[in-house]
Amino acid sequence: MPSVHLLGTGTPMCAGCGGLEALHEFYDQFGAKSVFVNAAGCMTLLAAYPFTPFRGSWLYTAMASAPAGAQGVRDALDILAATGRMPPEDDLDVVVLTGDGAACGIGLSATSGAIERGLDFVYLCYDNEGYGNTGQQYSGATPHGARTATSLGPHGFPGEKKPLFDIWVAHRPVYVATVIGAEPLDLARKVERMKGLKGPRLIIALSPCPTGWDFDPRETVQIGQLAVKTGIWPLKEYVDGKVTHTKVPRERLPIEEYLKRQGRFAHLFAPQRDDASIRGIQARVDAYWESASGD
Amino acid sequence: MTRQLLTGNGAAAWGARLAEADYVPAFPITPQTEIIEALGGWIDRGEMGGRMVTLESEHSMITAAGAAAATGVRVFSATSSQGLLYAMEMIYTVAGWRAPFVLVNVSRGLSAPITLEPDHNDVLAARDSGCLQIHCSTCQEVLDSVLIAYRLAEHPRVRLPAIVNLDGFYLSFTREPVEIPGVAAVRGFLPPFDAENVRFRASVPESQAVAVLSGGAYSYFRYETHLAALEALRVYDAVAQEFAARFGRHHPAVDAYRCDDAEYVLVMIGSFATKARDAVGRLREAGWQVGLLRPRLLRPFPAQAIRAALVGRRAVAVIDQNLSVGKGGILHAELASALYGVADAPPILASFIGGLGGRDIAPEEFFEIVRVLRAASDSGETPPPRLLFTADELCETRKLQAIAHVERHELGNGP
Repeated sequence: MPSVHLLGTGTPMCAGCGGLEALHEFYDQFGAKSVFVNAAGCMTLLAAYPFTPFRGSWLYTAMASAPAGAQGVRDALDILAATGRMPPEDDLDVVVLTGDGAACGIGLSATSGAIERGLDFVYLCYDNEGYGNTGQQYSGATPHGARTATSLGPHGFPGEKKPLFDIWVAHRPVYVATVIGAEPLDLARKVERMKGLKGPRLIIALSPCPTGWDFDPRETVQIGQLAVKTGIWPLKEYVDGKVTHTKVPRERLPIEEYLKRQGRFAHLFAPQRDDASIRGIQARVDAYWESASGD
Repeated sequence: MTRQLLTGNGAAAWGARLAEADYVPAFPITPQTEIIEALGGWIDRGEMGGRMVTLESEHSMITAAGAAAATGVRVFSATSSQGLLYAMEMIYTVAGWRAPFVLVNVSRGLSAPITLEPDHNDVLAARDSGCLQIHCSTCQEVLDSVLIAYRLAEHPRVRLPAIVNLDGFYLSFTREPVEIPGVAAVRGFLPPFDAENVRFRASVPESQAVAVLSGGAYSYFRYETHLAALEALRVYDAVAQEFAARFGRHHPAVDAYRCDDAEYVLVMIGSFATKARDAVGRLREAGWQVGLLRPRLLRPFPAQAIRAALVGRRAVAVIDQNLSVGKGGILHAELASALYGVADAPPILASFIGGLGGRDIAPEEFFEIVRVLRAASDSGETPPPRLLFTADELCETRKLQAIAHVERHELGNGP
């Protein structure tokens, strides 16, 4: 693990931001010889004129088309290198940085296009399971049962979290992984592995969000660890056509341990316990690991 | 230099080829597709350098175009109509990035109802975006304008995307003789794009298009963009002069045809202005002192040149091939803003809407327009805006409706 931290401090992210935690770890490992191509979301505020926490470069695009921005930058760098107009040492890695709203919804078509074209880029999605920057309305990544600003019913969000990992994998890119800031070794190992590859490389970082999920900022790491230990956030990677789980919780903690720490699931426990919903969420986790047991 | 019969689309493609565009992000849409097919063919056969990539939408296409220009290569792209509107968020955005590249728009009426033939509501939707706009009326102008547009867009005091507009069908698919300048001559006029320090390089980290957190900073950048666009007025005149000196064809910001002694002036843009030009000849033969004013440059808006051409006229008709629904002709409002309060401005500035969705404007309609101008001038009263539509056209539409009614009735009584 690098001992030098590359991302500057004093950003406008919320205290305890799980997305920023993952970005710190990613950036330390990946290095600053990169240009981040950003879509509208919480992290758009990282680079606010005239300051930036990045040692490398940055381009804000729009909510829907960061992967297309990466295509333009990558192609231009390749053209400059191929025509001798840029020394090889000036080349950059292109990193798309978006939230789950852009990744699962408005920007999914642009991502699909970039993967299908075999674009040599990295996509880092910080998944806080809702439109966090606008006050946590439900997104394509919101999990079943979570209360959001737009799912205030007695049982929370009635839909299902979009299987973004599977959708990305279905495109057969070079590399796909899930990570979480609370497991920095796993994250660093994946970044290191992906760094040596060429082509579309995509990472989803589950990003515990104190403001959106309603928990104390100091609990970000614990909640992240619980996401892994309860099995609701499987850590895995897809490489060489195969999905491998990188940290299997052999004895999974009950999902309740994860849910009860977050205000967004409080309606499952009070004023009275909603056993059916809790059992339903547990059943989803169990079914996932049942189907994954062949790995 | 060679002379060939080229469609407007072919001329646009030749412009990009002669500009030695490095990068062509593309997406097909009628009536533009021939441009990217031509470029793709040349690149695949090794007749042209550069790289073409088909994106999954025009929104992504313009994002990639702006991002590549922001990285420091010369970019060309093309679209039409619905495509331009689909990309509109990024049309504004890349202008804010100050990313210089050339986009050809092949005008086509907007949905709904969906149609294929031209009017200018598509390109005028980009009017306030910060992209510069050059409007062409011949295939030769299309080729020349692409080259001029690169000089304009890439000028260090401008640095803005430029849209070159040609009308679908009337220019896009119409063959005209076009002089294709030689590569060396074009290189003399248009040197390689120098991005200076605005680009991405590992040795010089750069943040582009970052957020601002105050109205003050936002206004600063918006005003800077506006001032750069205004600067493009001066740059355009110089570039057009140089182009004329090198290639013998002058394309002024505002083209005045037989205006010197004109009492009445028609104002139009695009290929339909050639219909007005033809009508001016016929009207002159019939004894009318009439001229045609055709702004080629619409953004930046050449207000001074328009004023200079129109002061002292008895009456002016602005014929808009667009419709701001609930308001009227867009150019009419622009002309009014340029002329209001100007000493000796024409007392009559009449508005006509025509040519929507490729509807023809017939010679007799130009005669009628000039008759309306004279009557207005004599009475001193500005006529109400006129939507060009004939009794025959109404009759044809009613006939279609009647047929549809009969068909429905018969089907209803069928088996």
